[in-house]
Amino acid sequence: MQSRKQHFISGIKNGIPIGLGYLAVSFSFGILASKSGLSTVQAVLMSALNLTSAGQFASLAVITSAGSYLEMALSQLIINLRYCLMSCSLSQKIDPKAPFIHRFLVAFGNTDEVFGLSSAVEGPLSPYYSYGLIAMAFPGWTIGTLLGAIAGDILPARLLSALGVALYGMFCAIIIPPAKKDSVLRKVILLAMAASLLFSVVPILNEISSGMRVIILTVGIAALAAKLAPIREEEAA
Amino acid sequence: MSGNVYIYILVMALVTYLVRMLPLTLIRRTIKSNFLRSFLHYVPYVTLSVMTFPAILSATSSPWSGLAGFITALVLSYKGKGLILVSLTACAVVFILELALV
Repeated sequence: MQSRKQHFISGIKNGIPIGLGYLAVSFSFGILASKSGLSTVQAVLMSALNLTSAGQFASLAVITSAGSYLEMALSQLIINLRYCLMSCSLSQKIDPKAPFIHRFLVAFGNTDEVFGLSSAVEGPLSPYYSYGLIAMAFPGWTIGTLLGAIAGDILPARLLSALGVALYGMFCAIIIPPAKKDSVLRKVILLAMAASLLFSVVPILNEISSGMRVIILTVGIAALAAKLAPIREEEAA
Repeated sequence: MSGNVYIYILVMALVTYLVRMLPLTLIRRTIKSNFLRSFLHYVPYVTLSVMTFPAILSATSSPWSGLAGFITALVLSYKGKGLILVSLTACAVVFILELALV
């Protein structure tokens, strides 16, 4: 039984790639936000309150084209609907003994990456582990935005390019080890990547936004796998 | 720009938070249906796979360095290396390769 502090520290440690990866991505966001006419305060505030990449990049297009607030709400809903699936999944993963209030707090920081790492823990998820991850993700995302907005040329392009794979590398480290022992997971991962490639190259399919692509493929492939290879009770814990 | 930027930001933040918060707070009990439990078990693997590939190929200055980073990450993960090592080694491979390529 690990203490809260141990969970938190382990979250901070595993959150290092998230912090670095976010620094790189939000740095580009800061540059673009500043070019789109947002003040530094506005750019940082947006990052601090939203903590989401695709949604924020898309919002700049809505703001510069003077879209309506409804258009903003709808575009964010569609791009960020994938979080709904992730939160459904976490609702079963979070320690049922943890006080209810934690669900409101974990939800705020439930980004793609925090979700990925939170679902990779063995057994029930301690909210303190997620807080540790968020304690790396939040500063990475907001400080990167700040730096990008005030000094777009502070980080060399080479370094940004290299840090660009940090988050993807982390995703591989989450999904590959369990797939080594589980042939169903191997097939699920291969199918998901192949389908994702298909959606990015085939005309018409490649016009679907990346957020919708994640939703369509997740619902389709996870449902197929659940139908063909339902998990046994002990695995579900 | 015509709308108030702060209102835009609040609208976005509200929508994004609700999407993340509602399922976590509304689904409080353990789901009984084995189909749904299986479905949710597979969700992270599919989402992370879809987000990683082919996006990783366009995350760097050249698709080749992205591919090299991807292969590095796959091999090290398969060997059971830790998260931080996998992630940072992939970055290092991209960095070194781009010194030669770009």
